[in-house]
Amino acid sequence: MKQFFNLFRYEMRTLLFSPASYITATLFLALMALIYLLIIENYNHSPHQTLPSTEFFRLFWIPVFFIVPLLTMKSFAEENRLGTLETLLTTPVTPIAVVLGKFLSIYIFYIAMWCITLFYPLIIEYLLPHKSISHSLISSASIIGGFAFIALSGTLYISIGLFTSSLTRSQLVAGMFSFTLLFIALVGGRILLDSSFIENNLMKSLNIPIDYLQTFQHLEDFTLGIIDTRAFFFYLGNSALILGLTSLIIEYKA
Amino acid sequence: MKPILQDNPNSIEVQNLTKTYGQRKAINDLSFQIKRGEIVGFLGPNGAGKSTTLRILAGLIPATSGLATINNVPVSLFPQKIKHQLAFMPENNPLPEDLRVIEYLSHRARLKKIPSNEQKKRIEHVMDLCDLTRTAQKKLIKVLSKGYRQRVGIADALLSNPQILLMDEPTIGLDPHQLLTIRTLIKELQGQATIIISSHILPEIEASCNRVIIINQGIIVAQGTSQSLRKEFIPESAYKISVVADLSELEKFIKTLDPESKISKQHQSENIATLYFSSLFPDFNETLVQEIQKKSSWKLREVVRCEPTLEDIFLFATKPSWKTLYTNS
Repeated sequence: MKQFFNLFRYEMRTLLFSPASYITATLFLALMALIYLLIIENYNHSPHQTLPSTEFFRLFWIPVFFIVPLLTMKSFAEENRLGTLETLLTTPVTPIAVVLGKFLSIYIFYIAMWCITLFYPLIIEYLLPHKSISHSLISSASIIGGFAFIALSGTLYISIGLFTSSLTRSQLVAGMFSFTLLFIALVGGRILLDSSFIENNLMKSLNIPIDYLQTFQHLEDFTLGIIDTRAFFFYLGNSALILGLTSLIIEYKA
Repeated sequence: MKPILQDNPNSIEVQNLTKTYGQRKAINDLSFQIKRGEIVGFLGPNGAGKSTTLRILAGLIPATSGLATINNVPVSLFPQKIKHQLAFMPENNPLPEDLRVIEYLSHRARLKKIPSNEQKKRIEHVMDLCDLTRTAQKKLIKVLSKGYRQRVGIADALLSNPQILLMDEPTIGLDPHQLLTIRTLIKELQGQATIIISSHILPEIEASCNRVIIINQGIIVAQGTSQSLRKEFIPESAYKISVVADLSELEKFIKTLDPESKISKQHQSENIATLYFSSLFPDFNETLVQEIQKKSSWKLREVVRCEPTLEDIFLFATKPSWKTLYTNS
């Protein structure tokens, strides 16, 4: 356990001292600010049934596609390229402690970036102090639900990023592979459900499990305040599985 | 396989160790023992299996078959346990680029579970030993020269005061002063730690190590002290003699004294005849001096007995032979 905290501290330090982290965070915050601004602009022109924050969280997949690969692609690929993973594993640390140390540091950075977006509705409220819009902008149920989903789904997406990074020495290949797997994880379920072969009788039995993989359905539930434990099992179970696989890969590759 | 005894004097014991990558055998049925406190040089050409053996001993990769034990603990069964007793400096000495030397050593001290009240003292001690305190301790590793990076690697290996030290090519890139320091350092560790040094710098191995293991194409081709290996591989001694005499007469004279001697090179410059030859007689130079003194017309200028270096033994032992080719096929 102590070794895990030593590694976590080191990884967190590496992340915070790296200019790439700040570039990634700036890109993320700028993009999310633009998205939020466009949503508010849209709400200004026509009435909507959903809250701006619900709409904001519905677009969570846009940053996920580029932020997760950017944050994770360096983690193991760079260590593989330099050979420092081998040096690290000559000390009494376990591969799973190495993986969890990297995972937790990147996860905290990812959540911290999302937390900064909480200031967007506060800034709008500060600029336009009006009681009627204040309630719509800062709806606690929608924000807590949305953030719970971001925190939960983030475990799986970051695990995928770390897994792809452990497979290669090239950060670019890791990034591209991570993007592909994230695409499958996010929209694969919906594509399968919409495709024609699922209507085949044989495949009809797969309808329920595939429906269960619908990321956007999970998000809808969370933003409406429905906390479904199946989603917890899905994200946390798969994250644990992928992190376990990653630790086996780095042990094998050392 | 022999049972492992509890009162085993060997610190490292390797029995029938084999590692295969696909069809290729990186090491094949390797067996050797290293006593506690011994310093052993691990020699072999590129691709001989030195790094593979060291990586197995360090618990980084598993062997395909065979048994490697460190202080009676099987490495494959308890890799975490042996990592507490052992320090391994891998080939090319990979280091993180964006850390300062002192930060890196502090991080490694924590990972090696050195008690927090001893960490500072240990770090200062190894930095002094490796001459890092004055210039390099606050520098980023990425700006260090190859020699300084090697010193950081050696400092890291010595940090936990390990019982067993495995060093893969530790002296590459070091200047002669630093080589001397590291040689002295290794000598000082004799008796305290069991050390295996893999290196291509053969004089370095000869100067630092008690024993040498020469490995070629995955099998041990020779092991022993430099002296015993000389006797085994190059039993004849090489001589150089220069005499004020006629070359053909000198040649005849040598052949009379030892008909089995082999002349490898000869030349006559003005009135001095020089011959290079080898003989199985152990102290042939003394006989030569005595016999030449009897000849009044000859004047002896030089008699040199050339000891075969470890390099000669290495080249001889690692020559591809039918035996090694047959064993690996």
